[in-house]
Amino acid sequence: MAPAAAVNVAQAGLWGDVGRQLRRSPQFLIGTAVIAVLALMALVPQLFTRIDPRQCDLARSRRPPSAEAWFGYDVQGCDYYANVIYGARSSISVGLIVVGGALVIALVLGAIAGFWPGWRDNVIARVADVFYGMPFILGAIIILYQFDERGVLQVALALLLLTWMTPMRLVRASVVAIRDSDYVQAARALGATDLRIITRHILPNALAPVLVYATITIGVVISAEATLSFLGVGLRLPAISWGLMIGEAQNYVRTSLHLLLFPGAFLVVTVLSFISVGDALRDALDPKMR
Amino acid sequence: MSRYIARRLLLAIPVLIGASFFIFFLVYALPGDPVRALAGDRPLAPGVIAELRERYNLDDPVFVQYLKYVGGLLQGDLGIDFSGRPVSETIAQRIPVTAQLALTALVIEAVIGLIAGIVAGIRRGSYLDNLVLVSTTFLVSIPVFVLGFTLQYFLGVQIPLFPISGTNEGLYSYLLPGFVLATASMAYVARLLRTSLAENLRNDYVRTARAKGLPERMVIGKHTLRNSLIAVVTFIGADFGTLMGGAIVTEGVFNLPGVGRAVFDAVRSQEGTVVVGITTFLIFVYIFFNLVADVLYAALDPRIRYE
Repeated sequence: MAPAAAVNVAQAGLWGDVGRQLRRSPQFLIGTAVIAVLALMALVPQLFTRIDPRQCDLARSRRPPSAEAWFGYDVQGCDYYANVIYGARSSISVGLIVVGGALVIALVLGAIAGFWPGWRDNVIARVADVFYGMPFILGAIIILYQFDERGVLQVALALLLLTWMTPMRLVRASVVAIRDSDYVQAARALGATDLRIITRHILPNALAPVLVYATITIGVVISAEATLSFLGVGLRLPAISWGLMIGEAQNYVRTSLHLLLFPGAFLVVTVLSFISVGDALRDALDPKMR
Repeated sequence: MSRYIARRLLLAIPVLIGASFFIFFLVYALPGDPVRALAGDRPLAPGVIAELRERYNLDDPVFVQYLKYVGGLLQGDLGIDFSGRPVSETIAQRIPVTAQLALTALVIEAVIGLIAGIVAGIRRGSYLDNLVLVSTTFLVSIPVFVLGFTLQYFLGVQIPLFPISGTNEGLYSYLLPGFVLATASMAYVARLLRTSLAENLRNDYVRTARAKGLPERMVIGKHTLRNSLIAVVTFIGADFGTLMGGAIVTEGVFNLPGVGRAVFDAVRSQEGTVVVGITTFLIFVYIFFNLVADVLYAALDPRIRYE
């Protein structure tokens, strides 16, 4: 995705400006720091805990937080801190797969629809309309209910089907706005092919709005995954997911509040980080919105 | 305006066909045994399987199956549960609770969202504006079920201000679930109104109103606010459909006996027909209110015209 080769001089100006503003934004700095820690947690959870999250002892069931188990123990008597740490992986993977997939679909379909108006544009727009008709969680429930196995991939696929439309429209709008500009005409006059014009000249300049949307959407998708797992149509045991943990905690809220608070806090902080980084990006890219 | 509305209604037809085909395709036409999918993990008796195949026309060609499915939908046929009761009957019996919850949420969302939006919009960059910005970001980031359980614990168990489950206390028992259901939309209403107020305040007619000496209350209340409310009212109209769907989680957390709770329970007891039937219904409710909102938009804003 990194358009390193495609960054031309004019763009370096814009991104330089944006970078300067972002470095002064506390919500961006804190947000990216938290996301970095979470990413590390998802990649190598062993760095944060040596305890195996699946090493359980029913005798310790629902013991409250203590010095040896910071977050206490869950219903099965597993170390809750280890479970919460390992839970980052499913959230982050679902978020990244969905948004990465949506970006790819958005760039391909958005470029096609924006560059060649006519029947292609119409077909894509109508298909997007149908998916827009589907509410997010309800649509995902119907889709997920059809899978026998429900792992990270299935949940991601269901959410991807309901996420690609808005970034596609954003890319399409940018492509339409850029399509007839002078520098594109110049590239065409020099004999550049359509493919080269789209990938080298148009898409790099159409990326900014869709990046903002993508960052915020990672947070929204992570929240949706937790909600679906909580409802029982998302990830299933023995998968480790914050939504599943909260689902299990719901019967014990009154006596063992820690079962709800720890995964809940991690979930909220994760979603909040992605949303605030997205907000900060938008403010930096589009000063009018401030 | 009638031209616009007619056109909007026509545009809704492919969406409705697309949505029904999408659901039908997923549930009945994908490779794999739909009867098994509907049954979840439960083993079924051969007689039940034969009856389900007959009931869902599984031995017909796919296209005929789809037409029969849509025909059934149009007559309110959303399938039957394992005890042989039509899903539509369950919906009819439980919908008042869900509608009441969605309405309560809508009122809370409108009142709090509008106040926060006005306060933030007329004084950009003030302390209150920043407070609204920060708190709306928070509200959007807290998943509904986390907020639900947390408030239930602190405002229901620790300080017993609100009932924690059921509808025994009438309207009062809807307040806390309604607030929880409303949070995300509330934040959206506040931000939407803030942005559109601030944009409209820059318009020439506002300067004219000020120049002719109108008090600030009139400038904002009568001239700016009315124009800024168009987008907000449209959003709130569409949101009723979203809230009905969001009720699955809220009714699950607060144990309210509405259609959402029926889905919540059906997922647990693996009653696929009920999950699919009610979810399908809620999806069409959502599409319907989106349509209502679009028509409302045209009615409120005279600039929205085709041709």
